Amino acid sequence: MTTPLLLVEHLTMRFGGLVAINDVSFEARAGRITAVIGPNGAGKTTVFNCLTGFYKPTVGRLTLTRKDGKSFLLERLDDFRITKTAGVARTFQNIRLFAGMSVLENLLVAQHNALMRASGMSLLGLVGWPGYRAAEREAVEKARFWLERTRLMPRADEPAGSLPYGDQRRLEIARAMCTDPALLCLDEPAAGLNPRESAELNELLLMIRNEYGAGILLIEHDMSVVMGISDHIVVLDYGRKIAEGTPAEIRANPDVIRAYLGEDDMEGSAA
Amino acid sequence: MSVAAPALTPSTASPATPVLAALKDAALVALIAMILAGPIVGLQTYDSGGQLSLNMRFSEVAIGIVVVFFGRLGLALAERGLQPAAFGVGALLIVAGIALPWPTGLLQVLAIAAGVGLVLRGLVSVYGARRHKAALAAAVAESDDEKSERLRRLITRGLGFLLLAAAVLLPMMPFANSYIMDTAIRVLTYMMLAWGLNIVVGLAGLLDLGYVAFYAVGAYTYAILSKEHGFDFWEALPISGMLAASFGIMLGFPVLRLRGDYLAIVTLGFGEIIRIVLLNWASFSGGPNGIGSIPRLTFFGHPFVRNPPEGVTAFHQLFGLDFSPLHRSIFFFYLILVLALVVNVFTIRIRRLPVGRAWEALREDEIACRALGINPTNTKLTAFAIGAMFAGFAGSFFATTQSFVSPESFTFLESAMILAIVVLGGMGSQLGVAMAAILVIGLTEAFRSLAEYRMLVFGLGMVLIMVWRPRGLLSHRDPTIFINRRKGARA
Repeated sequence: MTTPLLLVEHLTMRFGGLVAINDVSFEARAGRITAVIGPNGAGKTTVFNCLTGFYKPTVGRLTLTRKDGKSFLLERLDDFRITKTAGVARTFQNIRLFAGMSVLENLLVAQHNALMRASGMSLLGLVGWPGYRAAEREAVEKARFWLERTRLMPRADEPAGSLPYGDQRRLEIARAMCTDPALLCLDEPAAGLNPRESAELNELLLMIRNEYGAGILLIEHDMSVVMGISDHIVVLDYGRKIAEGTPAEIRANPDVIRAYLGEDDMEGSAA
Repeated sequence: MSVAAPALTPSTASPATPVLAALKDAALVALIAMILAGPIVGLQTYDSGGQLSLNMRFSEVAIGIVVVFFGRLGLALAERGLQPAAFGVGALLIVAGIALPWPTGLLQVLAIAAGVGLVLRGLVSVYGARRHKAALAAAVAESDDEKSERLRRLITRGLGFLLLAAAVLLPMMPFANSYIMDTAIRVLTYMMLAWGLNIVVGLAGLLDLGYVAFYAVGAYTYAILSKEHGFDFWEALPISGMLAASFGIMLGFPVLRLRGDYLAIVTLGFGEIIRIVLLNWASFSGGPNGIGSIPRLTFFGHPFVRNPPEGVTAFHQLFGLDFSPLHRSIFFFYLILVLALVVNVFTIRIRRLPVGRAWEALREDEIACRALGINPTNTKLTAFAIGAMFAGFAGSFFATTQSFVSPESFTFLESAMILAIVVLGGMGSQLGVAMAAILVIGLTEAFRSLAEYRMLVFGLGMVLIMVWRPRGLLSHRDPTIFINRRKGARA
């Protein structure tokens, strides 16, 4: 087996006396969708915050290995460097768009580092250097690509805050993809979506997985999304990993049913 | 009217009822005004030879009550959706205010002001209703929205060019005396400072209450460099800017993790520290006496003096003009105009660059910025440094025009004034800030005769603007780049 894209080993996060995550280990592979599920307060978002540098884990090692073989120890990087150099992008449970800026601008901000280099730390950009203009056109083209994929093209020049909720969710994913991530972490992308919208979300995530080849790490409560598209599922409860496996294995796992899915497993079988 | 009638025939009753209610409302308010004004205004006590006498002024009271009645009537009509009627009452008040003989000037001004307020209110609500309608129509036809958008941009642009043309032509106007030029220089200095602060507050969203500190750094840098080391203005200018920028970075580092109120308090403290250091470090800055007789700016080596020293050609001799002290003011005016425009053009350009977008993104959501790989430290520090640099430039200019600097020029009130201009203008809007600078500095200047009361007028003006336009004069934000529009439509 090749080196996994993300290897989480013995991750533990304590806040004072509270143990939010207790010795969790799992891995996520490129071109696969790995779902992290569990009841509220199980520590799913804390795992994400450790991965993306918003928290420094108390114990544990988070290794990200990119396709070219470069590997990064995420727990040692500053949050913005995790995106910039290691290539981990994330979305947020409560959408965090730049509401006053246009949809297109949101996607250009995501390409900040590339554009910053092209603008010669702004000095060349100020005088209208042709190299910067070309870089900006390229960035707009990349934005156009993701806008078309997320069907946001008609509203590209409107303030992001004026979009309907479902569009904002998709825009946040498009914005994360504009950073060219190796690993995309999605924190409840289907929350608040209607069934049609979450079906579209499934398609989008499968597209990202298949065409783009990024690894996706997904926190989700919507079992139609989780069971429909995940390749691998990790189940957390009270900060511990209680199970992991394919969707079929998880659905049949008695511990998971007791802790999370519920005895009658209606959501899971509906999917 | 019988009780059942309105219920049975609502269509005929509805126009009369609001008018009646408005009249009742107005009458009630007039009654209250009468009760209040009767004794307070109607009975004036005065001193007649050591004896207190009463002066009856009931005609004024009566007129005042009539004005109150009509003012309230207009307002009440407007509130009940009868805009045209309210508009008419407002117009009536204005006409009456101008045409009729009034016992006191104050009553006349109040009547006209009430009328103007009503008319403005009517205009705003009619405009708002039209916009609402336009928004509804836009949902059906996209092109309409596009059109109004283009119109708005055209107006904004036209206004900008108009202001610029007015500024360029101002010194050539026959009424341009040294008072007007000095006021204009003051307006432009504040405009430049506000544009500089706009980068920090408006774009990057970092509330800086100590901005005047950088202005002071620039001013003292020029004062000391030119007086003690013989630098001329153009040599000292970049040094002042750079020094102010490094002070900006110095302030920036400790406050990187602060936001909002906390940031405001620390920057406020920083501004005071600079002022107090200047006040107390007498051997360096001259303490409270400041630094005087700073070399004045010359026209590229040609001073603006009547009798130049041996071997130096004065400005008026160079051009064969008669000496006039106005020449210096005009030169200063154009200089500050150019400096301010440099700041403006710089800001407009940098807004479209990645760093400018990162500033705005940082203002909107810092956590999201970090999740996108933007280094918040660098981004904030560049905003602080660039904003401070422009204040440093403005400070140098201030020192050379005044030829005297002292800590008194750099109090917190100045910071507050600059911030007020930025907030009133609409955070991030270049044209709005320019208009606010003219309004704020121009108005305080225009009401100079009111002495200490002008601060009241200033405060009232601010309250009115904030009620009328809570997000500043021009709060509309144009995106920095478009994808669905032709290039020609770029603002």
